Order: sequence, then C-alpha cells, then structure tokens
Amino acid sequence: MSDIRAEIAQQTQPAEAGFGDYVLLLKPRVMSLVVFTALVGLLVAPGALHPVEALAAIVFIALGAGAAGALNMWWDADIDRQMRRTARRPVPAGLVAPGEALALGLGLSLISVAMLGLAANWLAAGLLAFTIFFYAVVYTMWLKRATPQNIVIGGAAGAFPPMIGWVVATGHVGIEAVLMFALIFMWTPPHFWALALFMNDDYTRARVPMLTVTHGRRVTRAHVIVYTLALVPVALGAGLTSIGGPVYLAVALALNAVFVAGALRLWRRDEAQAEADRYRAEKRFFTFSLLYLFGHFAAFLAEATPWAAAFRAQFTFWGL
Amino acid sequence: MALARDHELHRRRLGRNLGVGLTLVAFIALVFGLTIAKISGGGMIQAFDHTYRPALDPAVNRNLGVNPGRGE
Repeated sequence: MSDIRAEIAQQTQPAEAGFGDYVLLLKPRVMSLVVFTALVGLLVAPGALHPVEALAAIVFIALGAGAAGALNMWWDADIDRQMRRTARRPVPAGLVAPGEALALGLGLSLISVAMLGLAANWLAAGLLAFTIFFYAVVYTMWLKRATPQNIVIGGAAGAFPPMIGWVVATGHVGIEAVLMFALIFMWTPPHFWALALFMNDDYTRARVPMLTVTHGRRVTRAHVIVYTLALVPVALGAGLTSIGGPVYLAVALALNAVFVAGALRLWRRDEAQAEADRYRAEKRFFTFSLLYLFGHFAAFLAEATPWAAAFRAQFTFWGL
Repeated sequence: MALARDHELHRRRLGRNLGVGLTLVAFIALVFGLTIAKISGGGMIQAFDHTYRPALDPAVNRNLGVNPGRGE
C-alpha cells in the first residue's frame, strides 16, 4: 500500500460535496431575485407586520424557491450536463448525487411551506406550495422539454414571489399583487429569449425546444419585440394603482423606453450582424432586462417611503 | 500510511458540518424570535387560563349579540 491518501482522494473526491455545493443547488442567484421581489411585495402592501415575522416569511419564501431550484437540478441533470452554462452545477458535475438533490428539494419544500403557514398565513403558504409545484412539475418536468412556449407559461413560477409577499402582509390577493405578478410574467419571455439568442448552441445540443431552436432566431426576435410592447401597459398600469405614483411612473417610462428601443434594435438585426459582433446587442438587452425588473421594484419600494408620500402631497396641493 | 487529519476530505466535511450546524442554529433562532413576536403581538393567541372570562363565554356573548370568534 503506497499512498492511501491518493487512493481515497481518487475514490471520494467526486462524491464529497462541500456545504457550498448544496447552497448552489438552491440557485442562490435566482433566490436573490425572489427575496427582493417578495420583500417589495411585502413592504408595499398596506398593514404593518412585526419585523421578525416579515424576516421569517422572506426566509421561508426564499427557502421554497431554493427547494424548487434543487428539484429542477435533480430532474434536469441530463440536459444540464450538455449545456456549457449549466455543466458545472453540482449534480451534473458529480458533486451531489441526484437522490440527495431530490431529498433536499422535497425536504425544504415541506419545511418552507409549513413554516410560512405558521409564520404568516395559509393562503401565502398555499401560493408558495403551488409555486414550487408549478416550477418543479409543470415547467421543469413538462413544459421545458415539450413546447417552445415553455418559458412563457413557466414564467408564472418566477412571478409569484411578490404576490406571496403581498399575501403575507394582507392575507388576500389584491389588484396590486396581480399587477406585480403580471409585470414579471410578461418580462420573462423577452428576458429568456434574449439569452437564448446568444446561447442557442447550448439549447440545440441539449434538445431543449426553445423558440430559437424550433422556429429560429428571426421569429424569436419578432417575439421579443411583441412581448416587450405588451409589457409596457402592464408596467405603466401598475403605476396607477395604490403602489404606484409619480416616482414609479417616471422610472417606468424611462426603463420602458430603453427596453423597447433595445427590442427594436434586436428585431432589426440579422444573424450576420449578430455574429459579427458576437451578439453584443443581445447580451446588452439581456443585462438591461435585469436592471429593468430591479428598477421597477425599487421604484415600488421608493413609492412606499414617507418621502414619496410627501412628494405626492405636492401634486395634490397644486391640484394635479 | 495513516490518513492525515488535515486531509482535504476532512476540511470539506468540517466545512459541511459547520454549515449545517450554523444553519440549524439560525433556524432555531428564527423560530424562537418568531414565537416571541407572535406572543408579544398576541393577535391569534387566546387560551383558557382557568379564570372565568366573560368575553369567552358563549352565553354572555349571545345575550350581548357578539360573536367571540370574530373578536368583536
């Protein structure tokens, strides 16, 4: 026996995951977006909530989103292995066994839903349970591999967090919660189709029927502009409800103008132009789409501050 | 050759155990804080405490036309 360490290292290293690998299984980047939008939904809602209750609710919503991410990674390990963007995820990389991902996903789903029900209310917990089911079963197991409309319908899963945040604070679903849901729902297709435009090889290799794979990039560009235009009234409409106001409307106008201009640019470009600059405009549109969503929810939050209320009072004073 | 205690495998396991431990401590702290917050608020918590409380007596409430379940 020459060196047992080398032998053990060879045998065990691929199967020995660190704590960070389990954290990666919960898709922390998606989780951060979920935390932010759910927190905004909770803070802009009428009614006060104890800070600890609010913190607990946000933690359990984030945990639910993480559980859905783990279930997604368990089911999609085969296609993740074939895509450059996802090949390093813990399951395809061989760091976490698929069974472990499944167990973690199911365990965290149960804990997060039960704890949200106890911490906040059972309507919020029910919505969280439906969100996990929708993402893991409807989107991941069914739509993703079945139709180019996968991210259009599947986008609903990502749209629920602000609605859940609202329900945590109020106990019911209001028009404002529906509009925040609609904002993310309508934003999802142009966001993911922009990604698919410059990551099409990945989706083709993995045989995921993204619109770029089934109908080509030309059709996808047309879809991006249509959905971006359809997003505008939703974004501005939210500004006319109790969670909106002049600050939100100003931000929304500016962000939508830039977003529509970006979509128009994508629509006018052909593949030769895109190949020539390595999909620069598509990548910029994708990056801006993140800022677009963040900007709208930050503006909702700004409208909920006392300064925005004082600003609104000036408009009332001048009879506007 | 004995397996050295500072093998990479041990460090990884230590990190994992610490991570799980800290997560559990954070979870316990959160549930404890939540319990305190719920009790301090007292909103939904209303128990019989071996003392006669007219507000919880259905007969008294019926005479007053009040539904105690709704907290009126």
